[in-house]
Amino acid sequence: MKSLLRGRLGTVAGFTLGAVLLLGVAPALLPAFNLGLLGKFLCFAIVAVGIGLAWGRGGMLTLGQGVFFGLGAYIMAMHMKLADASLFGGSGVPDFMSLYGSGEVPGWWEPFRSPAVTLLAVVLVPGLVALVLGFAIFKRRVKGAYFAILSQALAAAFAVFLIGQQATTGGSNGLNGFRSFFGFDLKDPNNKLMLYMIAAVVLLLSVAIARQLMHSRFGELLVAVRDQEERVRFLGYDPATVKTVIYVAAAVLAGVAGALFVPIVGIISPADVGVIPSIAFLIGVAIGGRGTLLGPVLGAVCVAAAQSSLSSTFPSFWVYFQGLLFVLVIGFMPGGLASLPALLGRRRRTPPEASDPVAPPDAPDPDVEERATKPEEVSR
Amino acid sequence: MTTPTLLPDGEPQAGGWRRGRPKYLEVRNLSVSFDGFLAVDNVNLDVIQGDLRFLIGPNGAGKTTVIDAITGLVPATGSVNHTGTEILGRKVHKIARLGVGRTFQTASVFENLSVLQNLDIAAGSSRSPLQMLRRRKSVEPAVEEALEIIGLAGAADKKAGILAHGQKQWLEIGMLLVQNSDVLLLDEPIAGMSQDERGETGELLRRIAANRITLVIEHDMDFVREFATSVSVLAAGKVLSEGSVAQVQADKKVQDVYLGTAATEGQ
Repeated sequence: MKSLLRGRLGTVAGFTLGAVLLLGVAPALLPAFNLGLLGKFLCFAIVAVGIGLAWGRGGMLTLGQGVFFGLGAYIMAMHMKLADASLFGGSGVPDFMSLYGSGEVPGWWEPFRSPAVTLLAVVLVPGLVALVLGFAIFKRRVKGAYFAILSQALAAAFAVFLIGQQATTGGSNGLNGFRSFFGFDLKDPNNKLMLYMIAAVVLLLSVAIARQLMHSRFGELLVAVRDQEERVRFLGYDPATVKTVIYVAAAVLAGVAGALFVPIVGIISPADVGVIPSIAFLIGVAIGGRGTLLGPVLGAVCVAAAQSSLSSTFPSFWVYFQGLLFVLVIGFMPGGLASLPALLGRRRRTPPEASDPVAPPDAPDPDVEERATKPEEVSR
Repeated sequence: MTTPTLLPDGEPQAGGWRRGRPKYLEVRNLSVSFDGFLAVDNVNLDVIQGDLRFLIGPNGAGKTTVIDAITGLVPATGSVNHTGTEILGRKVHKIARLGVGRTFQTASVFENLSVLQNLDIAAGSSRSPLQMLRRRKSVEPAVEEALEIIGLAGAADKKAGILAHGQKQWLEIGMLLVQNSDVLLLDEPIAGMSQDERGETGELLRRIAANRITLVIEHDMDFVREFATSVSVLAAGKVLSEGSVAQVQADKKVQDVYLGTAATEGQ
């Protein structure tokens, strides 16, 4: 089984299976409403792929991915608002601006009238922000819990900023009421299906990119930086550069996910980008297994699905359940569900006292690595 | 250079095996102070290519701090010149790129990566971004050679974390070799090794040192006597004595502070 999963053939087979499930089976079986929900979960999964890289592989506890998700989402939402205003209102001024503001479009909105600029900005803005932040943070050797707190504070500040700008970002209402997406009517079921398909393809692509990053020399260096940042310096590498690269990659993935989230879900508000959603992004990754390729994807989808079904049944209960789940996984299974087969296999093979946490059962394989079995990892 | 070889033939000799000007490490007035305590006090050292220099001294003499200062880990004053380039005051990774490599008292390899991955990372600090984003398809000749030299060719795919202590030390030496450092600073490379392993490591150091600038911190006097071409004795942050093993052993000051029993015992 394991040898089948390895190798080129296994990879191609795995991706084909993923593509068939996401692009063929799911649209055929699921009703339109559920497909829309799945599309939303896939957006979270794209964020999770990035967190898997930055946290699982790079050891950076990114508690503020909501910032980059929000940047991508708001850029897309601004474009859609402007496009709607031109298409349906004629005035070119988004509805909420006439209600709460001066009725004039602020200058920094104008570039996003252009679809091309918007698509570029969705990738570039989160990437550049992460680049600047990353260099500032990592060159100063801020890491561990300090980095986590810093990134969370950014998410909090970003949400507060958005809430304060009622006239230009819609405040706590956010941006919503979209009617078209690059000229396509959002009410049309075919266009909804198309949006889902785009999300699925982007997810497959991001998994492919993450896989390449993990298996490349860079991926090996990243693990080295995660485990022994100081040692890497003596080999002639600057760990700040390595960490910034992966931080930017995670930010771009989050930004793209945000941009897809807006047309699929139909709203973006500060409640989707602040501290709580940023932590929610993380929980799926932790539960699925942050050190693996597919763990974050499956974890994110499962947690989002559980949230959407449980939170409607027990609205006040979900948050506690989520917190409990997080504590249990981090406390008892730091490698997430992905480490379960390896853990069970090891237990069966060796007596308990011989199960040295360092000793791996097999030759190293980045796909099934269960590095994250040490409790101290959590704070990184 | 055509095919890079990590080890030249022949014994180490001061001045190096290459023709032309040998490389050197010149340490002048190196001082390190921790909150007013002078851990390293105006140290002067000259190590020339081909020399297998041992740095000995009692605990707390500042031996490791000297290496920390040279490699940029702790701030220091004075001057460290590597064959015409001042390296003091630069960042750790820049110093490493200038050809100064080191090992640590407790072997610090990347335990979650394989032996091969460890060596490949050590060999790659000058790779281009494009090369970095590609998969490691083949084993570089230098890495292959290093695997043979350190005797870990059979364990290339094992995780470094499960290696025996001595093997980890060898892996670190192998990483230094593929890193292509001219200056090797080894901090107690044989600590915790068996007698046989010590002998092998000594032979390996001798071969490595033949065309490099090598400074080894060591406590084991038998090992020093057998393999050192020259010795510097450090005590309380100062260089107490310098010269061949015999010269240093004969030095009254050295006998007083450190060698005393060990020196007479060995004769």
